[in-house]
Amino acid sequence: MGGLVLLSLVLVTVSFREDGSGPLASVQNGAAAVLRPFQVAADRVAEPFRDAYGWTSSLLDARSDAARLEKENELLRQQVAERRIAQRENVTLRKLLAYRSGPRFPEAYSGLAAAVISRPAGAYAQAIVIAAGREDGVRNDDPVVTQDGLVGKVSRVSSRTARVTLLTDDASAASALDVETQAFGIVRSGDGARAPLRLDRVPKEARVAVDDTIVTSGWSSPRLSSLYPRGIRIGRVTSVGRTDTDLYTQVQVTPFADLSSLEAVLVLIPVNRGVGTP
Amino acid sequence: MSVALRIAPLVFVAAVVQVTVLGGARMLWAEPDLLLVTIVCVALAAGSIPGAAAGFAGGLLVDVMTLGTLGTTSIVLTLAGYWAGRYGETTGRGRRYAAPLAAFAISILAGFGAVALHFLLGEPVAARDALVTAVPSAILAAVLAFGVSRITGEIFEPPRGLERPRQVELV
Repeated sequence: MGGLVLLSLVLVTVSFREDGSGPLASVQNGAAAVLRPFQVAADRVAEPFRDAYGWTSSLLDARSDAARLEKENELLRQQVAERRIAQRENVTLRKLLAYRSGPRFPEAYSGLAAAVISRPAGAYAQAIVIAAGREDGVRNDDPVVTQDGLVGKVSRVSSRTARVTLLTDDASAASALDVETQAFGIVRSGDGARAPLRLDRVPKEARVAVDDTIVTSGWSSPRLSSLYPRGIRIGRVTSVGRTDTDLYTQVQVTPFADLSSLEAVLVLIPVNRGVGTP
Repeated sequence: MSVALRIAPLVFVAAVVQVTVLGGARMLWAEPDLLLVTIVCVALAAGSIPGAAAGFAGGLLVDVMTLGTLGTTSIVLTLAGYWAGRYGETTGRGRRYAAPLAAFAISILAGFGAVALHFLLGEPVAARDALVTAVPSAILAAVLAFGVSRITGEIFEPPRGLERPRQVELV
């Protein structure tokens, strides 16, 4: 036994010192080559059993794998959804920024971007809640717009949030004019989804045509000014109707701003009003 | 048939299966070591010197086939075979559970011995792996020893007519 242990130690020492390139390594390589067919044969014989074992163990692991993958999938879906929302918000905010620094943005106003945190709960609640309030300089009756057009006005303010009544609310009204014909009227909520807005009080003799653009007709004097500044886009005329019995022309308008899927808006804050002004 | 001729095919098959089929296999944290179990069973049946020789030969085969440092497995299995043989020649003689017991104990010792040897040679070894797999592998070795000891028992059974006397009459 001692001899065998000694022989093993000698083999270990020599083999370790040779490091794969010596006479002993050559003998080892030759012996390995001789033994190789036996290894291959054993491997071939064992392969079906190994496959069977792998298949069985994979079946045993399948349940836990499925649960883990389901959890991972759920997490990834959530991440994808969050990413899409973030991308969409990014696009919206970029458009708002472009509008704020563009030529169409009304003078004498600064634009406060605010995320929409609550949307209309139903047909009778045409209002949204935005994530900006008194502490951000928002006050009642401040106009609210997007890069597409007028949205409504602030109707209630708390310290960090504000309620915005949409143009489609029955209580909303904005003096407006047809850009092409300069015909005046008042934009109010319409009769339904096909015509969310109508241009009211347009005299019969005034000329209004389909596809005309309607904008706010705001005015200002040294001491007073209208609620909405002049020139903010409201919508496009979709139909014009006149009857002998009506006093006014019936004009239906589709708003430029998609009021059903607002994500971020700009609150127009007069430049000459400080944050602390009530 | 001489003992060497009976041991050689058994050890050879066990070494080839160990390297080719069971090498790297893991069953519930246990790594099966058929060669070690075979050496233990052979040593129990044939004695310490044949056990040590079988261990040396089996270890050498493994080292050759895996192209590892020659002698590392040999030295561990030589000692394992010798110890198992000594146990069989002394306290383990005639005991029914000698093979599983010896396989269990020697499996743990051989595992740590192999780790120590590789560590001394400067090879990267993780003691944690040896600790985690030691007991499950020893249990598996004990289970395997039940089957292997039956085979070695058949191979090394004394010839009919030369059976060991069961009774001694005192004169």
